[in-house]
Amino acid sequence: MEYINLVFEEVYKILFLLVPVLVSVAMIVWLDRRVWAFVQKRQGPNVVGPFGLLQSLADALKYIFKEIIIPASSNKIIFILAPIITMTLALIAWAVIPFGEDQVLANINVGILYIFAVSSLGVYGIIMGGWASNSKYPFLGSIRSAAQMVSYEVSIGIIIINVLLCVGSLNLSDIVLAQQKIWFIIPLFPMFVIFFISALAETNRPPFDLPEAEAELVAGYQTEYSGMMYAMFWLGEYANILLMCALGSILFLGGWLSPIDLYPFNLIPGAIWLILKILLLFILFALVKAVVPRYRYDQLMRLGWKIFLPFSLTYVVLTASYLFYFNLLPTL
Amino acid sequence: MLAHAIFFYVFSIIAVISAIMVTVSKNTVHSVFFLILDFISISCLFIMIGAEFLGMIMLIVYVGAVAVLFLFVVMMLNVAQQKNQWFNSESTTSSHIPVGLIISTIIFFELIIVVGGWKYKPELSNPNTTQSSNEISNTHSLGQVLYTDYIHIFQISGMILLIAMIGAIVLTFRRREGLKTQSYLKQISRERSEGIEVLEVQSNKGVKIDD
Repeated sequence: MEYINLVFEEVYKILFLLVPVLVSVAMIVWLDRRVWAFVQKRQGPNVVGPFGLLQSLADALKYIFKEIIIPASSNKIIFILAPIITMTLALIAWAVIPFGEDQVLANINVGILYIFAVSSLGVYGIIMGGWASNSKYPFLGSIRSAAQMVSYEVSIGIIIINVLLCVGSLNLSDIVLAQQKIWFIIPLFPMFVIFFISALAETNRPPFDLPEAEAELVAGYQTEYSGMMYAMFWLGEYANILLMCALGSILFLGGWLSPIDLYPFNLIPGAIWLILKILLLFILFALVKAVVPRYRYDQLMRLGWKIFLPFSLTYVVLTASYLFYFNLLPTL
Repeated sequence: MLAHAIFFYVFSIIAVISAIMVTVSKNTVHSVFFLILDFISISCLFIMIGAEFLGMIMLIVYVGAVAVLFLFVVMMLNVAQQKNQWFNSESTTSSHIPVGLIISTIIFFELIIVVGGWKYKPELSNPNTTQSSNEISNTHSLGQVLYTDYIHIFQISGMILLIAMIGAIVLTFRRREGLKTQSYLKQISRERSEGIEVLEVQSNKGVKIDD
């Protein structure tokens, strides 16, 4: 009986985390479109509900009632598995994100490695979708995205090493607590910029949305998908973007810590600060989508391997030698 | 403890079955997917015995990078052609099976010899010392061993990997003649005077532009 209670408690906790994440994914799509429209002097979605807030819900309803078409020549099992994997991986990574001191679903020792591993698995949803469709455009799109995501993971990994050198722990709560004196965005500002750009490439956001460049590849790996399966790809993509924003705010912007450690700001719960930081980063993501033209594929690869990788490696050496020289290296 | 045992058996059964399916399945891409499943369940087993760092590194390196490249190569191959000439071929042209059998028997005997002659350090077989203390995390204790007792082996393996990487780049690198590339430095250092020429065009005469 105790055992069953324990299971129910965990399920309750998981739902308490996942339902807000899914709702905020729907809201974030609305925000993305509104920011995009704002830059182009349009209105954006403003009809359904107040300020058009319920637009994503209406879209989701439309997707649910559409027919799911499975191409006759596709590999059916993998074709159906691909969107499921994309969405599952985008959601399970939220288990280790801390929303406050001890407000975390799973406070594991290797939290940052867990997020890194899950985000590197995300490429499988895209490859499987592209290959199983058995069609030219999806296949080209998935090959592009596999190369792109593997390349930018390398630079994200090295940026994470930079932060870990200053923290001395792989636990996400420890990373946030290490920023009580100063947020890492100040000493590691170049790394923050590179992290932001790599996160854009990792989540296939414009200007790096080569896998689904509609001018060349129709819709890339999503070409053959329809109805709810397409919506799952889309949900997973936006959940991944939110996750990258959360990771950025935990690594560089002090997570749940308030910017000023004084009386009125202390009262606001940490979760609100974290959400505000995530929103700030997301609005930056949306602005970049609106103002920057798409990269060419060879330029994208060159940027990742020839500029970001050597630069962040050099910065690792610099950070390590600075910490070593001034005896600031974290101890056990 | 019961849940622990159940999870252990679930993960090990999945690992063994997917390892068998890697070799048995006819479609090469399916084999790679089973290989990935195998890697994932083995890293789950690593996490279950408390080696969370190794489990995560296994996921990142093998599943996140190596298997993606596997999949990349295998998807490029013409799978339909391969299907006809592997296991289900009646013709005797397939000489792969005896070679595979010989190699796998040799590896099997090597493994038996190695495991049979294995000796643990006396303090490792004592369960009191192997239990990880709560103060030092798994990652820290691994680093403490790796960078002190085994530093030379660690450095040498790093060198071997570096040499392998350089070798792979040298083998595949070739400079092709007549390839048009862009020089980014040249592009951004262009001046207005080089790019634009303002000409007075007279009526009915035109201008001659030399390329």
